[in-house]
Amino acid sequence: MSTYLLQIFNGISVSSIFMLAAMGLAITFGLMKIINMAHGELIMIGAYVTYVIQNIFVSFADKNLFDLYYIIALPAAFVITALVGYLLEVTIIKRLYGRPLDSMLATWGVSLILQQLARNIFGAPNVDVRSPGWLNGGILIMKDLQLPYKRLFIIFLATLCILGVYCFLYKTGSGRRIRAVMQNRSMAESLGINTRRIDSMTFAIGSGLAGIAGCALTLLGSIGPTLGTNYIVDTFMVVVLGGVGRIVGTAAGATAIGVGNTTFEFFTNASLGKVLVFSVVIILLQWKPQGFFTLNSRALDE
Amino acid sequence: MLKNYLLRRNAAILIIFLVLCLAPLFLSDFRTNLLGKFITYAILALGIDLIWGYTGILSLGHGVYFGLGAYSMAMYLKMEASGGSLPDFMSWSGKETLPWFWKPFASAPFAAVMAVLIPVLLALAIGYLTFKNRIRGVYFSILTQALSIIFVVLFVGQQAYTGGTNGITNFKTIFGFPLGAASTRTGLYYISVLMLLIAYLFCRFIINSRAGKVLIAIRDGENRVRFSGYNPTVYKVFVYCISAGLAGLAGALFVPQVGIISPAEMGIVPSVEMVIWVAIGGRGTLIGGIIGAILVNLLKSGFSENFPELWSYFIGIAFITVVIFMPSGLIGVFAQAKKRLAKLMNTKEKANMANMLKTVANTESE
Repeated sequence: MSTYLLQIFNGISVSSIFMLAAMGLAITFGLMKIINMAHGELIMIGAYVTYVIQNIFVSFADKNLFDLYYIIALPAAFVITALVGYLLEVTIIKRLYGRPLDSMLATWGVSLILQQLARNIFGAPNVDVRSPGWLNGGILIMKDLQLPYKRLFIIFLATLCILGVYCFLYKTGSGRRIRAVMQNRSMAESLGINTRRIDSMTFAIGSGLAGIAGCALTLLGSIGPTLGTNYIVDTFMVVVLGGVGRIVGTAAGATAIGVGNTTFEFFTNASLGKVLVFSVVIILLQWKPQGFFTLNSRALDE
Repeated sequence: MLKNYLLRRNAAILIIFLVLCLAPLFLSDFRTNLLGKFITYAILALGIDLIWGYTGILSLGHGVYFGLGAYSMAMYLKMEASGGSLPDFMSWSGKETLPWFWKPFASAPFAAVMAVLIPVLLALAIGYLTFKNRIRGVYFSILTQALSIIFVVLFVGQQAYTGGTNGITNFKTIFGFPLGAASTRTGLYYISVLMLLIAYLFCRFIINSRAGKVLIAIRDGENRVRFSGYNPTVYKVFVYCISAGLAGLAGALFVPQVGIISPAEMGIVPSVEMVIWVAIGGRGTLIGGIIGAILVNLLKSGFSENFPELWSYFIGIAFITVVIFMPSGLIGVFAQAKKRLAKLMNTKEKANMANMLKTVANTESE
């Protein structure tokens, strides 16, 4: 019984990680129809920012204050990754407006450069980030079932992010403008919305969310230059399966892929599990080619 | 005008093949082998150019088809090398007998046919399931990436059947000829050149036919093609299968020349690199694919020998600059340069004419 509960918990935990990673991608893709292949590297940047802040605390701060580094690292990861994303958008992505396939290739080039930069600055081997003390241990539910605080924290963080993004998109003026551009770009332009600014801002926010995901990933293991590549394809699958333009789509997609991955892995082995998940995705796409939760639109080309 | 263009293009192709045929006389054995590898990459690039340059399908997981073709050939070569007993990696993994699906690969013709057929069948399945549902553009590219990862994970996981991360290597002979001998390698090189020529002529034939026009139309406006009464799905699946077959052929030629195939060649990173060959060479022109593949891999060898770390930076910057500033690749840059030169010549002539007329008018008025 406890193994099943543990499996379900693991599934939810993996889903929350995918949720964090895919949130930014879904927003960017929904707005600009551009898949950012460098998204994995933005996650990696967030993780390395956490590492750097940890090192700063270790070198300059009192030992008792070490556990606070994480509280600083979260917003720092968001801000720095958002800046990187903003730079990316302004220099490269905006020149590829309307050419989604070409922007995939260009952002792939960016991801190669960022990975090599990380290798040169931090070294190719993985580095360890020590989690703050208040996250060690876990809740004992049953005799042999302990839910680790780290994973619970990530689930909490993911829920917070979903709520935050929801409030931002649906309760603020900027969010309303973003939604307008997502639904009908030319109409929004005609009504006076500065789509260039919306593009840059949304890309920055999406990148910032990736940074937070990276910060969360430091709790789960060591980080290295290839951190992004481990999560990127699953993140893409979440976006493809869940559909873009609606938060519930990303949440549903993340849950499906996360739970699916862990469940299939549990019953078969790791490699067959991934094959099965992919096959299920292809089958589900037969039924809903644009993803499960999409924006209703009358345009022929979405 | 058209005749001029065709003449120039055919001349360029002739020159390229002439150079490729004469190259072994001037290059060392090692370099000829390297060039042979690049030629198999060029065959692969032709396939990718066909689907991306002409039909607008961006497949970021074409390494899968390349790998499947290579593995088919590798299975045959491995069984030749083992001489009837169990291949070494299988005994290391604790298998007692040859798996049933390995047995038919002992025959070379079967392996050669399977090297092209298996990728085509997989492409048929994937293509039909995706194109029928009008999954295209970015979504399709993501699915091809996922396909690539799936196969890498599968091949790495099933170590007993596929050799795992180390892949299949330690080949000895092909069709009875020893693989290490210089004569076999030269022979393989010329077979690759011949296959490249056949592949090129085949692609040229498709592009010049009416189907080729529909493919270009699909790239430029798929909905309009649908409204005009054609079924884009059929054409897309067709061209996707052809490119997968070309990739399988390239893989089958790759393995004897390089001597190893591992799941790494099927992954996302090599697959995306294949696309950048075509992008740098010039998508939408078959010759661009060939040039891009050979050129970029030459650069890669050069970088790996001298500055391995800089390669990632170089290729990343190349990706960005080519996609943003040179969408038609090197061929496009040449064409633009020629056009600009022609305009310059033209304007110089016009300026001279104008000056002459002015001086004539001035002398007359005096």
